[in-house]
Amino acid sequence: MADPLLSVQDLTVRFRTRAGTITAVDKVSFDLAEGETLAILGETGSGKSVTAQALMGLVPRPAGQIAGGRILYKGRDLLALPRSETRKLNGTDLAMVFQDPLSSLNPVFRVGAQIGELFRRRQGLSRAEARRKAIELMDRVGIPAADRRVDDYPHQFSGGMRQRVMIAMAIALKPRVLIADEPTTALDVTVQAQVMALLAELKAEHRMAMILISHDLGVVAGVADRVQLMYAGRVVETGDLREVYERTGHPYTQGLMASIPELNGPRERLTPIKGSPPDLTRLPSGCPFRPRCRYATDVCAAERPELLPLPERPASHRAACHHAKEVVTDVVTG
Amino acid sequence: MDRPMDQVLPGEAVTVMDPAEPAGGEPKQSKTRVKIGRLRIIVSLSVIGLYVLAAIFGPILLKYDAVATDLGSRLKPPGTTLANGQVAVFGTDQVGQDILAQMMQGARVSITVGVATLVLAGLIGVAAGIAAGYFGGWLDMVLMRLADIQLTFPSILLAIFIAAILGPSVVNVVIVLSISNWVTFARVTRSQVLGLKNRDFVDATRTLGARTWHLLTRSILPSMIAPILVVATVELGHVILAEASLSFLGLGTPASTPSWGMTIANGRDYLSNAWWISTIPGIALAALVISFGVLGDALRDRFDPRLRSM
Repeated sequence: MADPLLSVQDLTVRFRTRAGTITAVDKVSFDLAEGETLAILGETGSGKSVTAQALMGLVPRPAGQIAGGRILYKGRDLLALPRSETRKLNGTDLAMVFQDPLSSLNPVFRVGAQIGELFRRRQGLSRAEARRKAIELMDRVGIPAADRRVDDYPHQFSGGMRQRVMIAMAIALKPRVLIADEPTTALDVTVQAQVMALLAELKAEHRMAMILISHDLGVVAGVADRVQLMYAGRVVETGDLREVYERTGHPYTQGLMASIPELNGPRERLTPIKGSPPDLTRLPSGCPFRPRCRYATDVCAAERPELLPLPERPASHRAACHHAKEVVTDVVTG
Repeated sequence: MDRPMDQVLPGEAVTVMDPAEPAGGEPKQSKTRVKIGRLRIIVSLSVIGLYVLAAIFGPILLKYDAVATDLGSRLKPPGTTLANGQVAVFGTDQVGQDILAQMMQGARVSITVGVATLVLAGLIGVAAGIAAGYFGGWLDMVLMRLADIQLTFPSILLAIFIAAILGPSVVNVVIVLSISNWVTFARVTRSQVLGLKNRDFVDATRTLGARTWHLLTRSILPSMIAPILVVATVELGHVILAEASLSFLGLGTPASTPSWGMTIANGRDYLSNAWWISTIPGIALAALVISFGVLGDALRDRFDPRLRSM
């Protein structure tokens, strides 16, 4: 494979809290090729959103600190660049769609002005040109009657439409990498599908690479090329979407798959993962998933498993589990 | 704008006590409250408008000469017709000056000083608040401790201290009052910035490549205009009162530019036989300060009911 567009290496983010220092993201590494879609999956507190924040330089300071690692974009380390340099990349190279479209739009400005401002500031367009481009863009992301709605305020839009406005702003400067942090979580299920379809469409149109952050395996399934599962700040499994979904190599992934209700088939109780996500200030020794894992043995408490290729699988499919071999051969029930 | 008020100020339980009353009594009640709110704004704005008009046009219509004396018509009660044929509506003072003319001239000074102080204190306070709230760290520490120290110090004492050093002049009064009033602006601004700076829309703007200056002026500042305006309105009343206090103590405007405080101070010696010299400007001052207070409260209720505790 050629040089990846974006390469994250051993990214570590720590937060100082009253209860002690927690490692929200622990040595996370991944590559992203041009035009590829990577889905980062995990529960609340697994570090997936913090990973996105780190990529965009949004880790809240002074509580949060990027404690180590590199984020290479086109070979340049974003963490080593001065803020003025990374700012230039924001929007044109890396852009982000936020989870809650209501709070991500400035409530006191008309949406057209917010979109247009990008063109005026970053491309030096005149007010009229910027407005025209804003309408064009709103039309492109599927906002009906864009020429009328351009003068509306964010609160006059529905959730789905607001998210479309957010997407319009994120893709306005044609970024190479689009980071979508749970873009559909705050939306209705029917709207979710539309927004995901729009993202996939725009991605293909602009040949963007995309990092899709979600807790929903189903939402991701239709769009992602590769998936990466995170648990307690660490990557526990990574690989091509099909590989991971069909030949799960980590008990956590297996649990997530099993907890999706099946539409056809007999009606039965959902199979949740037992227990709750660990307290990051008091991680168990060894493998953090151990207390909730049915494969757990003594070795799991003694040693933290490394992210290793699975036997007899493509090298890209890796899992961090001492018992990966058993997990893979185990038939997923549920 | 009316809808959130309905939610925040639900009608009282009167409807529950009186089952005969048709449904819809409750919205009617909240509507009355909205109307009262609107009435408060209209009334207080009218009073303030009257003062502004008097300050602008009064001195043109009724000439006031600071150094003129007319001993023949000194200490005349309100309504007296003077020797020159003019009617002294509010009476004359101890040197025969018309009180009304003096008050309208004083309104000019008071309002000018008030607005100028507010602009200066507002600029300093908002800038300090933004710096403290947005950048945090040692800057926040230094600015806010400075504000704390100033708050523990009685502001009138501070004003007297500074005024004594700088000497009496209109510009100095503005400086003195700005120094003692920036803290309120700084604190409100800081708390607003702290709440706003990590809001998603600010982060979103940041991810699109906005500079700090742009974030502050285009994302954060517009969102906190309302609370700052509310503070400014309330403070304007305080500032006018503080200016009058300084002038009363002889540390405000010089004698050539009479302000209300000075007129009140001058009349103090004649309270027993010429009550109007002090009383009428005093009532005028009170009415203006109360109007600003009422306007500030009404605006706060309208724009941001959460600020009620302020």
